Amino acid sequence: MERSLMKGNEALAEAAMRAGCKCFFGYPITPQTEISAYLAKKMASAGGLFLQAESEVAAINMVLGAASTGTRVMTSSSSPGISLKSEGISYIAGSDLPCVIINVQRGGPGLGGIQPSQADYWQATKGLGHGDFHVLVFAPASVQEMVDMVVRAFDKADEYRMPAMILADGLLGQMMEPVTFPEIKDNAPEKPWATNGHKNKREHNIINSLYLKPDVLENSVVERFERYKKIEETETDAECYLCDDADIVVCAFGATARVAKSAVNHAREKGIKAGLFRPKTLWPFPVKEINEASKNAKVLLSVEMSMGQMVDDIKLAINCSKPVEFYGRTGGVIPKPTEILAEIEKLGGVK
Amino acid sequence: MAKITVNFERCKGCGLCTTACPKKIVEIQKEKRNPKGYFTAVCVNNEACIGCAMCAMMCPDCAIVVEK
Amino acid sequence: MAVVFERPHALCDVPLHYCPGCTHGIIHRLVCEVIDEMGIEGDTIGICPVGCSVMAYDYFNCDMIEAPHGRAPAVATGVKRAKPDSFVFTYQGDGDLAAIGTAETVHAATRGENIVVIFVNNTTYGMTGGQMAPTTLPGQITQTTPYGRDPKIQGYPVRVCEMLSTLSGTALAQRVSVDSVPHIREAKKAIRKAFENQKEKRGFSIVEVLSTCPTNWGLSPIEALDRLREEMIPYYPLGVYKDITAKEGE
Repeated sequence: MERSLMKGNEALAEAAMRAGCKCFFGYPITPQTEISAYLAKKMASAGGLFLQAESEVAAINMVLGAASTGTRVMTSSSSPGISLKSEGISYIAGSDLPCVIINVQRGGPGLGGIQPSQADYWQATKGLGHGDFHVLVFAPASVQEMVDMVVRAFDKADEYRMPAMILADGLLGQMMEPVTFPEIKDNAPEKPWATNGHKNKREHNIINSLYLKPDVLENSVVERFERYKKIEETETDAECYLCDDADIVVCAFGATARVAKSAVNHAREKGIKAGLFRPKTLWPFPVKEINEASKNAKVLLSVEMSMGQMVDDIKLAINCSKPVEFYGRTGGVIPKPTEILAEIEKLGGVK
Repeated sequence: MAKITVNFERCKGCGLCTTACPKKIVEIQKEKRNPKGYFTAVCVNNEACIGCAMCAMMCPDCAIVVEK
Repeated sequence: MAVVFERPHALCDVPLHYCPGCTHGIIHRLVCEVIDEMGIEGDTIGICPVGCSVMAYDYFNCDMIEAPHGRAPAVATGVKRAKPDSFVFTYQGDGDLAAIGTAETVHAATRGENIVVIFVNNTTYGMTGGQMAPTTLPGQITQTTPYGRDPKIQGYPVRVCEMLSTLSGTALAQRVSVDSVPHIREAKKAIRKAFENQKEKRGFSIVEVLSTCPTNWGLSPIEALDRLREEMIPYYPLGVYKDITAKEGE
């Protein structure tokens, strides 16, 4: 397929349709609204459904309903809207339903701002609702990855019967880049658990997250965590750039990683052995990969558009075996390559 | 010729059936509790039953089968 | 002799967990009788949110979904939009539908979602032990209105059928009761009409069923029926508030 120049949000929406997404339920919020607008225009003619809900709460519960029937379904929002969806996400996870959730992050807390942010890292990877559960979290860093990762998110959500999130940000959502789309392909597996009418051919199916007996609830959670363990072993993904001989490994995800890569290149030009480690999956965090990437490093530097959230996971991943420093901007401020370079220089023995 | 059969295990003895019977022949017996501890409904005069099923329609536990 | 009355197939053959005399069981059975009579069990998906009926997924033989508190109309929307040929119903209590789920209820109705909503109104939160509901009557004593509901403090009850009948997407809004056999027959007719509306793609149908909660009202099951008749029906009059199939002058 030919390459086209597209906005990140619109490319993601097109890719979702190509991945077999048949229902989309949204609610307007900046800076993700292009996803809804694109699907409102295209879904019906492609045999799918676009519906604007009365709230983010309703939208995520419509997702729960459509997912229960075995249909590939997606919703998208931005930070404050994701907080509203967290109730439904917990129920979806507790009911073992697959779906895809997009968070085009903006600054917070509260109403915050509408400029790019990564301050929902903790929320996405650790606290997307009440109870013991995880969602798959993918972190694209280009418009092409917005496309590739949403396709993967649908496949993996179905494979593991769990929600998958694309944790993007306002920068990726709004920027335009050339992109190549995959062929239209719905890899959805058979879903014998779906509540789509038993047609008098099987027992009734029940989609449910209620278990009043503690041992039964514990068993259902433990079973889910066994699945998570397998995911942690097999589904991690990361990009390592100039890490092999790096003294300083800069760690960044999403749009920040693009800025950090420039800073790493500048550092190399100045003779500082810097590299970039970019997780593409945030849950599961690429533990093996970061240990491999930083094996020769003296220090790691996490750069984030937040006050420092992923930095905790880096410390845990390497078991605090090396110093892990942090540099971040928040509130919608994007760090400049020169700022990151200055941090690298501070750590790189440039006195 | 008609009869009702009350499911002894399922009846909770709420007595709603007794309010519905036009012949006033359904009562809550006070002699034998079921395994859940409830005294259950019985038809006290099988001869008088007309099989109208009003007791069964009023039963919240679907514990009455009616034959006619 | 032949069996003239027995459990409908759509109602699972298991004991119900409801308190003695709670009329939930009657309403479950009526829904199941309609499902049986229309022969739609294999195409029906039921949705029960939080409340006394949260475990109703174990009682209906059709496919079932448990929804978050108040969200059943949104979940039903997702199901129906994904599978337009299925029959979708929600089964919701008053706290669920008229307090926490008000937005989902109103918007499902105004969109004309082609679903059936069975709304069980017993003027209390039963599952949590009898607190004030949006439908609790003025003066009614509950755990959270120990001196009786005072409209000056807690406001007034919501009359759901009256409210939803003003919306263009509503096809049927009818209030019924299950306090007596004649009323039970009426209730079943209303539920049948609601499912027929869905079959004919007429839009949103709500059947509000006045129901009892002997346990939390502190009354015997038979006294509870009396209270329903004497106190609830005057405040919540039975009848058809909207029916788009009704002919002029009817």
